[in-house]
Amino acid sequence: MATKKFMFVNRKSPYGTVYALESLEVVLISAAFEQDVSLAFLDDGVYQITKGQNTDGIGQKNFSSTYKALGDYEIKKLYVEKESLEERGLTPDDLMDLVWEDEDDDWAEKPSIILVNRAEMADAMAEQEVTLSF
Amino acid sequence: MAMLHIVNKSPFERVSFRSCLNHVKPGDSVLMIEDAVVGAYDNTSFSDKLKASMSDVSVYVLGGDLVARGLSEDRVINGIKSVDYAGFVDLTVENETTQSWL
Amino acid sequence: MALEVDGQTIELDEEGYLVDLSSWTPEVAKALAAGEDVELTDEHWDIINFLREYYDEYQIAPAVRVLTKAVGKRLGKDKGNSKYLYSLFPYGPGKQACKYAGLPKPTGCV
Repeated sequence: MATKKFMFVNRKSPYGTVYALESLEVVLISAAFEQDVSLAFLDDGVYQITKGQNTDGIGQKNFSSTYKALGDYEIKKLYVEKESLEERGLTPDDLMDLVWEDEDDDWAEKPSIILVNRAEMADAMAEQEVTLSF
Repeated sequence: MAMLHIVNKSPFERVSFRSCLNHVKPGDSVLMIEDAVVGAYDNTSFSDKLKASMSDVSVYVLGGDLVARGLSEDRVINGIKSVDYAGFVDLTVENETTQSWL
Repeated sequence: MALEVDGQTIELDEEGYLVDLSSWTPEVAKALAAGEDVELTDEHWDIINFLREYYDEYQIAPAVRVLTKAVGKRLGKDKGNSKYLYSLFPYGPGKQACKYAGLPKPTGCV
């Protein structure tokens, strides 16, 4: 099967709706097909990967730690839009430290988050062969 | 007749929070729950709009929904009070009526 | 479905996975394995313990490909291959090992 460029576009805050969790599940399933997968976090989607999430008070499963497993699934490109962070009073420091391990470099941890501006996000989207938006 | 306005949609995604603020009366209360809690942060593209309402309206945020999203009470707009579920119930009792801006 | 372990009733779903993940104990793992005529060896426990740690950290049961790679990293290349894992868990390392480890079925595993 030829490899295609897949992008999962995440634009919703977690927990209030089921979109973020659904997207994450589809991403993990799609990893089995060994495609060139990237994720985009823009608009309220940036709240999905904030650090320090604690859902004890709302009785829902905290799935934020699952984003840390994406590197194990060969998903190494997480585009995050700067303007979306700024509009929400957030900085890159508010995001989890998401990395992948390079097996060919003695399992060195390398950053997965790619901070892009809006125009660069548009370019990244334009490159895709398949785009799934949540 | 004081009213409690409950908002649960992100102000960055839907207009319901803005519409709520455009319709509140002096003495009313606004409570942010679920995805609306992201509107509580200061220095956002929405914070000036919310601050403008706060001179004569009390604004609350459900703390559990904030921390669920990794957000800190230290960075919410000054004057917004964090409440738990019991505080949510108190607000519904203190106000004669309630409106949910879905 | 249900399983009796040490006088406790452990509830299972229709495929034999734990309904309540917190009801897992090593004895539950042994009983689940015994139900499939498997006696757990140290080699089985290496994988089961790894899966439990992985779930604790990431809140998911890893896909087989991920499990294989991670086992190779932790326990050595001779164990990080599907032949070795299938020799321990002939019904599939994802499904069978996750079941004994008290995890849900791996995401994407049908």
